[in-house]
Amino acid sequence: MQGSAGKDVITTLIVAAVLVWALPLMVGTYTLTVLAIYAMLGLSLGLIWGFGGILCFGQAAFFGLGAYTYAIAAINTGESTLPMILAVMVPGVFAALLGAMMFYGRLGDVYLGVITLVVTLILFKFINSTAGPQYTIGNARLGGYNGIPGFPTLNVPGRTDLSIWGDGLYYFCAAALLLVYFGVTWLLRSPFGRVAVGIRENETRMSLIGYDVRIRKTVMFATGAAIAGLAGALFANWGAIVTPGLFSLSQSAEIIIWCIVGGLGTRFGPLLGAAGLGYLKFLLGQQSMINNTMLMGLILVLFVLFLPRGVVPAAMSVWRASVGRPRRAGRAGAVRRNRRKDRVDG
Amino acid sequence: MAEPVLETQHLTMRFGGVVAVDNVTFTLRRGELRCLIGPNGAGKSTFFKCLTGLLTPSEGHVLMQGEETTGWAPHRVAALGVGIKTQVPNVMDGLSVQENIWLAARRFLPSTQADAKTREVIERLALGQIARTALGRLAHGERQQVELGFVAASDPWLVLLDEPAAGMTAGEVARMSEVIHELNRTAAVVIVEHDMQFIRSIASRVTVFHQGAILIEDDVETVMSDPHVRNIYLGKKA
Ligand SMILES: Nc1ncnc2c1ncn2[C@@H]1O[C@H](COP(=O)(O)OP(=O)(O)OP(=O)(O)O)[C@@H](O)[C@H]1O
Ligand SMILES: [Mg+2]
Repeated sequence: MQGSAGKDVITTLIVAAVLVWALPLMVGTYTLTVLAIYAMLGLSLGLIWGFGGILCFGQAAFFGLGAYTYAIAAINTGESTLPMILAVMVPGVFAALLGAMMFYGRLGDVYLGVITLVVTLILFKFINSTAGPQYTIGNARLGGYNGIPGFPTLNVPGRTDLSIWGDGLYYFCAAALLLVYFGVTWLLRSPFGRVAVGIRENETRMSLIGYDVRIRKTVMFATGAAIAGLAGALFANWGAIVTPGLFSLSQSAEIIIWCIVGGLGTRFGPLLGAAGLGYLKFLLGQQSMINNTMLMGLILVLFVLFLPRGVVPAAMSVWRASVGRPRRAGRAGAVRRNRRKDRVDG
Repeated sequence: MAEPVLETQHLTMRFGGVVAVDNVTFTLRRGELRCLIGPNGAGKSTFFKCLTGLLTPSEGHVLMQGEETTGWAPHRVAALGVGIKTQVPNVMDGLSVQENIWLAARRFLPSTQADAKTREVIERLALGQIARTALGRLAHGERQQVELGFVAASDPWLVLLDEPAAGMTAGEVARMSEVIHELNRTAAVVIVEHDMQFIRSIASRVTVFHQGAILIEDDVETVMSDPHVRNIYLGKKA
């Protein structure tokens, strides 16, 4: 186990280094930066949905909260280190409270979806309506639908004169993405992560084994929100402005589509789905023939119909079928036959 | 007499107008192996769910090793050291046999000891051949064995099994009763079963449920020959 984990780390590092170096030869770093941010955002939902079984329709709320927290804190402090930390903490704590309410209240999956969606809507409406000068936090005006421009962007910690922008921001975001990816990998290999996957598979059984499902789902949910918050703060730096659009439902929907297309239950799938579809959106933005939203919808429908498990799991199956060990065949039928015998009470 | 490990006092569970468990006062002592029998709908599973916390009883009390556990959530009951198998299969379908059992072992042990425990349980239940196979790909009997594996991995002092042998082959049933006897060395066991052959092979004392209440409680042979029991239960079944 230990040896293979070490090998994985080295492989990932090499692949990442090659990508970080080679991609700018083909695509501008300005675009690549936002793709790395999207990838992180995709990974945040991929973690809680794909491994925790929590389908959140409001991942954009945490993304927006991270971005706004950064902007507001940066205006008030005049530097970026503390704002970055706050941008991770505020969505994390907010999600922990929201999650505790939902999971301890034993809400079903549908209600969870509805509540996260409604929370996103409320945040959007609220931020949108703060255009008046009375809405300030410290020195920062919330600005309503105009958003908040002109906040200090990333600087080297302790050196407000040394800012990180352009190519520097690209490398910074790529490194942050890599760190988050390793963090998620470590989490999933830890007992906490393995138990979380168990809960995704069968909540009742896990509680009958003795695990407190509620606290674990709350922690998982908050972790995903913290990652989304970090992505939001980086996005604020990239755009140099934050607007209520960050909280929009279409943004939330897009994150879900990234995960489905890339492949749930993998770490790389949502990341790839986010970067891939994000790039497609960028290309489409340069023309006006095809409507972007419609194309996203079409892609989603095609995937749900023809590749429901997503790109990465499908590619992995093909890979295994061609080079991997043969799997135990002829079992699926037996399972299906038995399912019918199972009683439905209890 | 050994001390009671599980008691219920006037336990009652109502679903609207249906009284599924009706004023049941029940005692299980340390080292006992008890069978619960009764016709379909007698309230056996509902009784179990009131014990494990899957349902909160309408009235009455549950005590485990003298501690009041009425209305506790399942994870708290399980954490006391109670091994549970529900009537409907309850497993992690997407995960391997090994991972399933590890999750049960890890609840009570640090990781390395949980690894060792997992290997031990897999060997004990002869699941080595399928250790790396996902539960969703296994046959019904194998899945039930894994559920017994959950129980074995947690070293319980009280074991509650709802129809552990249902739908299994004769060979599987034989192994199952062996494992249950092994568990019984360190734990008191309650088993809900329909299969008379199986009951005769494992239990000495039997409690008969009928319409939510305890009809009779005695040793196997006395219960089997009771005309009332034969009438409501065996007469219809056999
Ligand atoms: N959730 C529920 N809501 C309403 N009625 C229920 C519920 N669960 C059980 N019942 C009713 O309670 C009664 C007892 O059911 P229970 O499942 O406990 O019986 P059982 O003895 O386990 O039967 P079997 O041998 O078929 O498993 C039945 O009449 C059943 O319909
Ligand atoms: Mg039953």
